This record gives sequence, structure tokens and C-alpha cells, in this order.
Amino acid sequence: MTAGLQARLVVRRGEFVLDLSLEAAAGEVVALLGPNGAGKTTALRALAGLVPLAEGHVRLDGEPVHRLAVERRPVGVVFQDYLLFPHMTALDNVAFGPRCRGVPRRRARRRAAEWLRRVGLEGHEDRRPRELSGGQAQRVALARALAVEPRLLLLDEPLAALDAHTRSQIRSGLRRHLADFAGVAIVVTHDPLDAMALADRLVVVERGRLVQQGPPAEVARRPRSDYVARLVGVNLCRGRAEGRLIALHGSPVRLETDRPVQGEVFAAFAPSSVALCAERPEGGPHGRWRARVEAVERHGDRIRVELGGPLQASADVAPAAVAELGLVEGNEVWARVEAAEVRAYPV
Amino acid sequence: MTRGRVPWPLVIPAALGLAFLVLPPAGLVLRAPWSTLGARLAEPQVLAALRLSLVTATLATGLCLLLGVPLAWALARGGFRGRNLVRALVTVPLVLPPVVGGVALLTVLGRNGIVGRWLEAAFGVTLPFSTAGVVLAEAFVAMPFLVISVEGALRGVDPRYEEAAATLGASRWTIFRRVTLPMVAPGVAAGAILCWARALGEFGATITFAGNFPGRTQTMPLAVYLALETDPQAAIVLSLVLLAVCTAILALLRDRWVSGP
Repeated sequence: MTAGLQARLVVRRGEFVLDLSLEAAAGEVVALLGPNGAGKTTALRALAGLVPLAEGHVRLDGEPVHRLAVERRPVGVVFQDYLLFPHMTALDNVAFGPRCRGVPRRRARRRAAEWLRRVGLEGHEDRRPRELSGGQAQRVALARALAVEPRLLLLDEPLAALDAHTRSQIRSGLRRHLADFAGVAIVVTHDPLDAMALADRLVVVERGRLVQQGPPAEVARRPRSDYVARLVGVNLCRGRAEGRLIALHGSPVRLETDRPVQGEVFAAFAPSSVALCAERPEGGPHGRWRARVEAVERHGDRIRVELGGPLQASADVAPAAVAELGLVEGNEVWARVEAAEVRAYPV
Repeated sequence: MTRGRVPWPLVIPAALGLAFLVLPPAGLVLRAPWSTLGARLAEPQVLAALRLSLVTATLATGLCLLLGVPLAWALARGGFRGRNLVRALVTVPLVLPPVVGGVALLTVLGRNGIVGRWLEAAFGVTLPFSTAGVVLAEAFVAMPFLVISVEGALRGVDPRYEEAAATLGASRWTIFRRVTLPMVAPGVAAGAILCWARALGEFGATITFAGNFPGRTQTMPLAVYLALETDPQAAIVLSLVLLAVCTAILALLRDRWVSGP
């Protein structure tokens, strides 16, 4: 018997095809990350049994569950807008699951009260959902999902409905509860910060397919698609490497890296490592090019400059540079990336 | 455009329309024999008719709830083909002249009716010209009101609540009982009240299918009609009672469900 989740999810809906293999160990938190319409929520619904599989399987701790009806799966779901039953108190919402699974009323209510206490909502038992704040409703939804003691916990954009301040508070609370959770937890999100903060492993889905997976730090360091690169805020290009030199595809620019690699590679470099200057930079011919300024906007206390021309890239510069270099849309500047700043890794 | 400034081609018909709707009930109140009202109301025939009306309308509403709520659920949630046809069939009694409804009931549930004959042979049950027949006639006419109202309410409920309940381990029946039904309770209540009011006023189908026997099938509307031929004052009194009951219902409804924006 293998503990944890093994699943292959194939769902067809018109033109859209989701085909995703997922594995997760018990106790692991996996974030399904991807742009809107990538099929993340569909994958989650398929795991819960709310969407039928065209092909594939879902095995939990070695036991196939994909033929079980929704209500028989050992699964707990936290829905995006929580879907707390509006006519029930917080306590009854949490007790609903245990009641449906045959726990006697009084014991179910005691268990529900215990779960509300664990998510920090002691004293809110008799509140109706409409009397709860967004953060409180999110925690009731989490308690409700956990109260059925699932082996697979599914969370669909659990923080998306919250304002920024509540969000960071709830995120740290959720992180703690997920760490305590003994089963497999799958979090669907399109927010890289939520994914990085909550998950042990990221699974990036685009257009129904897996494009990359790995520990958050690894995914951030070595993105393998434009979407992931944008998400983690690095410039990504592809090229052919020979030794320390990378000839980029579709661009005359050659980048240099300080560790030799061979063959098809991704080359990633941070916007902060792109230096802009008015004159042609000193030194060798590689890692520098004449770029056209396409957009200039504020990015925290730095200025983000979108560069066009031979190589599409972003550069972060100090505000003073805007005036010094005349960084206005349409102007041209020299751009430079040092070898030490370029990470190259095989495709 | 300034609010309240209505062009006169609209004002005059609007005022006439209002008068047309308000004056007849007002006339009823004005012409009522107020001095003898108490004595007339206490007449056993009036009380019997009133009691029969309230009992049959309530039973008919109960029957409509029992059959109509599941029907509304099937229309709102069921994925079967021909749903639009079923919905159209459900609304037939709404547009059908009630007398025709009564005749239709006779052809099916009458002594020689398709089902009625079998009911009598198998169980010795005859529905026409009985109090049960009154209930059936009223339910037949009133049920579409309930079905339409409840179906509308069901469509307003996000089906994802039902999915959430399923992931928590609830069976379809539990979901219906503990999630869906409570969420549409206001719609069910509004539908039941409309249904009850319609059943209370039922005349055509009742007199056709159940006849006009005092104490057994003579409801208030039937008593009003009968009284009009013999004792117009009594007809006014009976009408006044129905008017009072219906106004009370409207007041009850207004606060919760019919108040405009």
C-alpha cells in the first residue's frame, strides 16, 4: 500500500482537455498553480468527484476512490467563496459533515466546537455566515472541511476572496493548519505568493497540462515557462549553449553564463541584474545589446523598464536613472547582463 | 426626467385603472349591513361554509406542497429531456377556465371516470361531490402557483451549495432536506400562501366537480353565489369575510415577499 495520492485526471470539455498526473505524499501540501482557465479548478473538482473523469484514476493510500460518489470520498473541500450554508450557524455548518457521516448529534456538535476553537473562532459558534467577516468565514470553511477528517483536503483559491491585510493573517494561520494536517492537501491558486508560502511543492498547470513541478524555491530559480517566469519575476529565454556561451533562439544576442552547459537550455536572469546605460558598455561583446524602451512603470521603490528590440526583457532601475538615461517609450539604451547573473539549465 | 412628472395620457388611464380596482371592494364595505353583521356572521350556515373553506384550502395547500415541491425540484434541477414541455403542462391549469378543469376532473376521477371507476371498484372511494373532491378541485387549480414560485426560488439557489454538501458526505435526500429546502423556504412560503389564497377563492372547478352541498362541499365562494340569488345582503356579508381574509393574507405577504424595490 502506498500512502498519499496518486492520480491521473483526464477531463474533456469541448475543446478543452485536462490531462494531469498528480502524486503527493501524506502530509505534503501541493499547490496547483496556473493562469485562469488552465484547468486547476477542474482538476480539483475531478479529485472531489464533482466532475467525472473521462479517463484516469484517483488512488488514496493505495485505494481507488474515483468510482466512489462524491459523498463517499474521504475528501474535504474548501470552496473559493466558502459556500457556508447561510441558514445554519457556524457550529451547525461545521457539524454538518460529521452528522452526514453518521456521528450522533451531540458528539458532532462537540467536535464542531473543537474545530472552531482550533481555527480561533471560539465564541462565534452561534453566528450566521452573514455575520462573519471574510477571514472568519474562510476559517469556518476550513474547519468544516477538516471536521470530516478527510484524507485528501482540497482548497480552491482559499485566500482569493480576502483583502490584502486579512489575507496575510489568514495565510499564516492556514499554513499552520496545513502543516498539522496528516493527509494530502492540494491548494489551487493563481497567486505565486500564496503558493510559495503554503506549499511544499508547486505543480504548474497551463492549458490543462503540467508544465513544471518542484519545490517552490527550485521553481522560482529555474522557471520553465513564460508564465512561471512572469510569476516569479525573472526574465526567461531559450537558447543553445556551448560552454559558457548561449546563443538565444530568435535573437542575435548571446548571453554568457559562468557555469559551462551544453545543448538546449533555459537562461534566466532577474530584472534587477539588467543594467542600463547610455554608452556601449565596456568589455566583451556578449550579454549586451541595444534595446528599445517599451514601457516604464513604478515597481515598489524601483522603476520597471520593459525592453524590446533584439531581446524582450524587463529591467529594474533606480528612479534617478529614468531622467539620467532618458528612459521614455521609444528611446534606445544599452542593456547589459553579467555572466554571474545568468542561470542556465537544460530544457 | 423629474420623478413624479407623468404625462397626462398616462395619468388618466392610471387613475381610472386604480379606481376600477379599488372601488368594487370599497363598495362592498360601504353596502355591508353593518348593524346586523354580527348576527349574520354567527349563522351556522355561514360558519359551516367558512370552516369548510379554510379546511379545504389548507388541505389543498398541503397536497400541493407534498406534490408540488418535488415537481418544482424536478423542473429546476432534473436533467431530463422535455423539461420545457413538462413546465408548460404544469401551467395549463393556470390558464384553463376552472369550469373546464372541473369537467376534466370528472372525466378522470368521476364515478365513470378513467381512474374514478377503478377507485370505486377497488377501494369504494368516490371523489366527486365529496369534501375530498373539493380539496382535489382546489389543488388542481392552485398547484401551478406553488410550482412556479418554488421553481423560481430553486433556480435562485447556487447549485454549488449542494455540491459543498455532497463533499461533506450528504446524500441527495439529505442535501434536499437540510440545504436546498431551507434555502428556498421563503419561496415555498410565498408559493404556499398564493396557492392557499387561490384555493380559498376557487369556484368553477369546485362546483363542477364537487357540487354545492351545504356543510360538505359548499365553500364560501359557492355560498356567496347561492346567497346572491336568495339573499343579496347575505352575499355581501360572505364576500366581506372573504375580502377580510384575503386582505389579511396580502398584508402578511407584503412585509416579507411582495414589497417592491
